[in-house]
Amino acid sequence: MNDDGEIPENLLPDEWEVDDQIEADDPEKGRLVPALEFRNVDLAFDDQVILSDVSFMVGRGETRFVLGGSGTGKSTVIKLVLGLIKPDSGQVFVEGEDITHMDDVDLGRIRKKIGMVFQDGALFDSLSVYENVAYRLHEARVPEDEVEHEVVRMLQFVDLEDAIDKMPIELSGGMRRRVGIARALVGNPSIVLFDEPTAGLDPPTARTICELAIKLRDIEDVSSIFVTHEMNNLEYVGSEYAILDRKGNIHYELAGKTYCLLNTKIMMLLKGDIWFTGREEELRASEDPYIRKFIRGK
Amino acid sequence: MNPITRFLFELQEITNLLWRAIKGLGKKPRYFKEIIRQMDSIGVGSVGIVVLTGFFTGGVLVLQAFPTLEYYGAQSNVGQGIAASLIRELGPVLAALMVAGRVGSAISAELGSMVVSQQIEAMRALGTSPVRKLVTPRIIALLVTLPMLTIGADIAGLIGGGLVAKQLFGLDINTYISSVRSGTDVNDIVAGMIKPLVFGGIIGAVSCYKGLSTTGGTVGVGTSTTQAVVSSSITIIVADFFLSKILQSALSSTLF
Repeated sequence: MNDDGEIPENLLPDEWEVDDQIEADDPEKGRLVPALEFRNVDLAFDDQVILSDVSFMVGRGETRFVLGGSGTGKSTVIKLVLGLIKPDSGQVFVEGEDITHMDDVDLGRIRKKIGMVFQDGALFDSLSVYENVAYRLHEARVPEDEVEHEVVRMLQFVDLEDAIDKMPIELSGGMRRRVGIARALVGNPSIVLFDEPTAGLDPPTARTICELAIKLRDIEDVSSIFVTHEMNNLEYVGSEYAILDRKGNIHYELAGKTYCLLNTKIMMLLKGDIWFTGREEELRASEDPYIRKFIRGK
Repeated sequence: MNPITRFLFELQEITNLLWRAIKGLGKKPRYFKEIIRQMDSIGVGSVGIVVLTGFFTGGVLVLQAFPTLEYYGAQSNVGQGIAASLIRELGPVLAALMVAGRVGSAISAELGSMVVSQQIEAMRALGTSPVRKLVTPRIIALLVTLPMLTIGADIAGLIGGGLVAKQLFGLDINTYISSVRSGTDVNDIVAGMIKPLVFGGIIGAVSCYKGLSTTGGTVGVGTSTTQAVVSSSITIIVADFFLSKILQSALSSTLF
């Protein structure tokens, strides 16, 4: 990086130049268009203000942590992205498209780009693991041999291919979440929304879920919103990155004290407002009493 | 919200849900397999209780009516009265009430559980309309199977009445059959088939609405299940009165 903050062209890999050229010609399809954007969003239920003039953007391949105590509107952010609820005012954009006033047909098209991981997996009880993961493909009437191939691939991604014929009731909490992640990833969504995916899980299982989120961000280039109130999630996803070795194995490495991950940002909500926005290091260095209490628990 | 406002609000929401469910049939994807599955669960699964209810209701009607008719020497006409009351009123109403109890509660509990475990939200997030996927098949299944179940209840009731008349009162079975035939006309059958269509719509719409509007976790599932059965049953009985009056006026002016 030179004194003007620009990277000399000779340091950029060739494919970056090619990509940038294509995107400059067609900015709507390029990485310049944020994956998600909230513009001045207001939302209230009766007299209770949930979000007040909230604006933020999530870039392509970026993970945005949404932190906050219970009832601060974290999960509401996700529901707004999916169009499950409409804001009272303001706009919500998904990959450049304004979804604020879209009807169900158009929202269905938008939702196909988005994978959603629910707090408890939200698996369909009456369907097997295979049918749960295949749900989206069955709805799209995809031929069964293609469905089977995709389901096996997704279950391998979450390391659960042995559970393919089980019913959700037979799975542990962590396995249910991982099946939920596999279901969310079918169809290769460009955006994944995590709604407290590690709540109530033991630390090793929570770590596994976080590794999946890291893998999605760094290997699959997926944009995501990660709603949580657990600081260890932030520690894992905010300070580690995934790399592929020559054999195709994935390794997780610490970003270290000197570097910070540019593709992971944090947003803290309080009383309907964005209380903090920045990187993990900035959050931990903050002197704000609420943030300090949130991090340390006292 | 006061009770009248709440009643009007729920009526509006239930009507809206029913309309969206019927409208959903005109759009793809259509869930024919799910409709067949629901017909099996709702229709075939309810045959036993509906037939049993019809059989014993027919029997008890004869048991109560026969001594009175015998007093007036009109015992040979017992089948006429039984047929009229079963086909016009008791068959449709009792079949609907039994199905409301068995199926309405199941629908409401299933959908309510799906709401509290976020499965409905997951379905919407996966791009599926819960109305088209869950509500439409259940309502269609009820509209198709309840008239069939009603026919089953009517026939079982007539058989039950015939058995009681023959075995307990010694009435000749041919006399019973001919009085049943003379007491049944096309108007009765038409009215007896229109009613279960309306009742099926009521059970489906009320139960699905109560299930989908469940709040308050597992306790809420119990509450909405109770409300689904109570509201469907009361609505069926109230609707039966007005429907009888409307059908009486409409069918008496026809050529049947």
